[in-house]
Amino acid sequence: MHKTALAACAALVLAACASTPPSKPADTGASASRAPLFTDDPYPSTYQRIPSGPVLISGATVLDGTGKRLENADVLMRDGKIVAIGAGLEAPADAVRVDARGKWVTPGIIDVHSHLGVYPSPAASAHSDGNEATSPVTAQVWAEHSIWPQDPGFAAALAGGITSLQILPGSANLIGGRGVTLKNVYSTTYQGMKFPGAPWGLKMACGENPKRVYGSRGGPSTRMGNIAGFRAAFADAADYMKKRQGAGKDGGKRDLKMDSLAGAINGDIRVHNHCYRADEMAIMLDLAKEYGFKISAFHHGVEAYKLADRLAAEGVCGALWADWWGFKMESFDGIQENILLVDRAPGGCAIVHSDSGEGIQRLNQEAAKVMANGRRIGIDTTPEHAIRWLTINAAKSMGIDDVTGSLEPGKMADVVVWNGSPFSSYAQAEQVYIDGAKLYDRRDPKLQPKSDFMLGQDLMQGEAK
Amino acid sequence: MKRPSMKHLAAAAALLLASTGAFAQDLLIRNATVHTATRQGTLQNTDVLVRNGRISAIGRGLSGGNAPVIDAQGKPLTPAFFAGINDIGAEEVSGESATVDSHLALGSGNKDMQVRPEFDVTTAYNPESVLIPVARVEGFGWTLLAATPTAGGSFIGGQGAPVRFDGSLDPFGPKVLFVTLGADGANLTGGSRAGQWMVLDQLIDEVRGRIPQDSQFALLTPAGRSTLARYFGGGGRVAIGVHRASDIRRVLRWAKARNVRIALVGASEGWKVADEIAAAGVPVFVDTLANLPADFDQIGATLENAARMSNAGVDVGFTLSDSGSHYARKMRQVAGNAVSYGMPWEAALAGLTRVPAQAFGVGNEVGGIAVGRRADLALWSGDPLDVAHTATQVWMGGRATPMKSRQTELRDRYLHRAESVLPPAYSQ
Repeated sequence: MHKTALAACAALVLAACASTPPSKPADTGASASRAPLFTDDPYPSTYQRIPSGPVLISGATVLDGTGKRLENADVLMRDGKIVAIGAGLEAPADAVRVDARGKWVTPGIIDVHSHLGVYPSPAASAHSDGNEATSPVTAQVWAEHSIWPQDPGFAAALAGGITSLQILPGSANLIGGRGVTLKNVYSTTYQGMKFPGAPWGLKMACGENPKRVYGSRGGPSTRMGNIAGFRAAFADAADYMKKRQGAGKDGGKRDLKMDSLAGAINGDIRVHNHCYRADEMAIMLDLAKEYGFKISAFHHGVEAYKLADRLAAEGVCGALWADWWGFKMESFDGIQENILLVDRAPGGCAIVHSDSGEGIQRLNQEAAKVMANGRRIGIDTTPEHAIRWLTINAAKSMGIDDVTGSLEPGKMADVVVWNGSPFSSYAQAEQVYIDGAKLYDRRDPKLQPKSDFMLGQDLMQGEAK
Repeated sequence: MKRPSMKHLAAAAALLLASTGAFAQDLLIRNATVHTATRQGTLQNTDVLVRNGRISAIGRGLSGGNAPVIDAQGKPLTPAFFAGINDIGAEEVSGESATVDSHLALGSGNKDMQVRPEFDVTTAYNPESVLIPVARVEGFGWTLLAATPTAGGSFIGGQGAPVRFDGSLDPFGPKVLFVTLGADGANLTGGSRAGQWMVLDQLIDEVRGRIPQDSQFALLTPAGRSTLARYFGGGGRVAIGVHRASDIRRVLRWAKARNVRIALVGASEGWKVADEIAAAGVPVFVDTLANLPADFDQIGATLENAARMSNAGVDVGFTLSDSGSHYARKMRQVAGNAVSYGMPWEAALAGLTRVPAQAFGVGNEVGGIAVGRRADLALWSGDPLDVAHTATQVWMGGRATPMKSRQTELRDRYLHRAESVLPPAYSQ
């Protein structure tokens, strides 16, 4: 996290960066004696890992997320962490042993783009809380405050191997607000799911959506209006940062909207930019330079393949679908090799994302489609490489790659055991571990969580006549 | 030397086209794993002979005379798949209304329902849509064009029909009437799904002449009356979009009482009433991947829906619940996941071939590799229900179709952009 913050500082035009230490959201001890930081968190994570004894998964084909594939390998987890990976590991006497011969093991799957909880199932109008579509810039709203923790979609995603996910506001607005990263563990409160220490995301949206939503409501109504809207917001933020720097102990009046933008400029909040067209991504890269922030990932980016070299050179990930296209003009040029072309640019960072309660359950199959389409044009992708698209690369864009996203000693024991290669229509996650605790087992109904909403829905079923 | 005139050249080209065209409709595919999607099941190391665009023989060691020979090297050969119930050719860019012809909303902005069952979406069909090659290169050969009910129209969307992806302007099978019931249709019938049964009964009264045409209660035009009369008399298939188990039971009861030949579309809770559906002999088209309780009609949605119905004896076909036109290729994934959740592989194959072909009146034309059927075929790199494999060649009426789409053209342009100093716009 620190490394990235520094890298962002290097590109800064504004001086504010150097004097504002990056703060982790968990640092909430805002004492009365200091000015509040842009990223103080009055709604801190209360997530605690589910206690579990040691677990030894043995004899599996392991894709570790760093690009390595190990055959007949073991994975040892203890106290919520990965302890070791390799052949013939010795486990403590009290370890649960999982015979995974013939199975494949991967890091927990991570989705950088989800609206679970903010657009939950069922699609009740009362739960439609993903877009604060009242003004084109609503950087002050936080998606976490919209999350309905009882969304049955979390359970479905878990059965697909999802262990961490970022919940973002929708794309109605130019700047839709802050996104939050969750561990995929049901809790009564969202704070109980909140990924400890994960930076927030800032959701921004180019193109058709903002201009469609605001075209008859005061604008923007054009793409040039969109860009002017971004520039005005970041110019305000720069001014705000300057004022607060000179404002002494109380820091001057808080502005929640400006806090989020300032946090993004400082590199403490990751910019996740919904943007489809290559030319618009290029504009946003210039705009980011103009105001001294870094774009962590372009989301959807159906034309990323046209700009793959530049994205790689600038260290911007492409969080993409395998094959969505044609639902609007800006998605008309979608191709099935988009992820592949972003990936193969030197230094490229490709991510398979969902933006869908259906897709999040099967990110592995989305990756399989990309691999198959690559083979058709003579570009082979190994499983050990492809798994990075849905694990470590997503973690990297979310700023959590130092703690999860790969199977390495010391990292969170977020692990999936698959019935075979994950890259197939027939792949199924059999067991899912989060922080070392088995929280999903396909063969054990007691380890298949069910949201409060789903309880008691079927009591009359046997009596139908 | 005198240059040949343009007219001359054009004539020569036409001749060449004509001869290769006729020639290309003969074909011998050798040594395939032939998934016939008929009672023959799967045949190993088998040849398929095509004459004049139709399958003329299936067996070993066939002789094709002058027909071009393809060595399948043991790879799977299937009928070109059913692309689902969608708007391919009647919708180009979903968000651009000028490119979308799949709904009729004459009453748009009014409160009144506009019941126009005579609306025929196939008259909007564009066989040159870019969506067609996009679906076809993935192994899909035909689709059921749908007239989807929408606000400003009524819960009766109008008629569609099966179309083949061979450039034909017209459908190749009978018309199908589209009706949406349950919560999705309730906003079109006064806010209550009970209104749907009330209006349906009223329409039957109208068709039977119990409500005179000039009555203030009449909803139908003369063309609408004769259209509905055909379907209410069992003369054509009615595709009914419905999810909730109780609604499905009412539909089955209604269809039996009124002698209407129905198919169920969606049917997320179909598994709950699988025995009743099987007993009624009603085919069902489901999206396996629609396993979330997306609305209150689908609380019982499950990945096992297709398998449970199939295993109860229901004829299960597939369709997509969302954006089925652009993502028709996802149908293979829908079938593969049905297998993953308990449906026999051969039954899932039937869901992409035999079941839709029979349900929509084209069972003698497509949906199986059998003598006399059209030679609409797909050859695969491996298991066609697994997204890990792709189609390597598709034939329509025995003619090898170019394995190109607008998407592969874009792909190739940008894949090779470093090979020229000129901007990508100069690559062909």
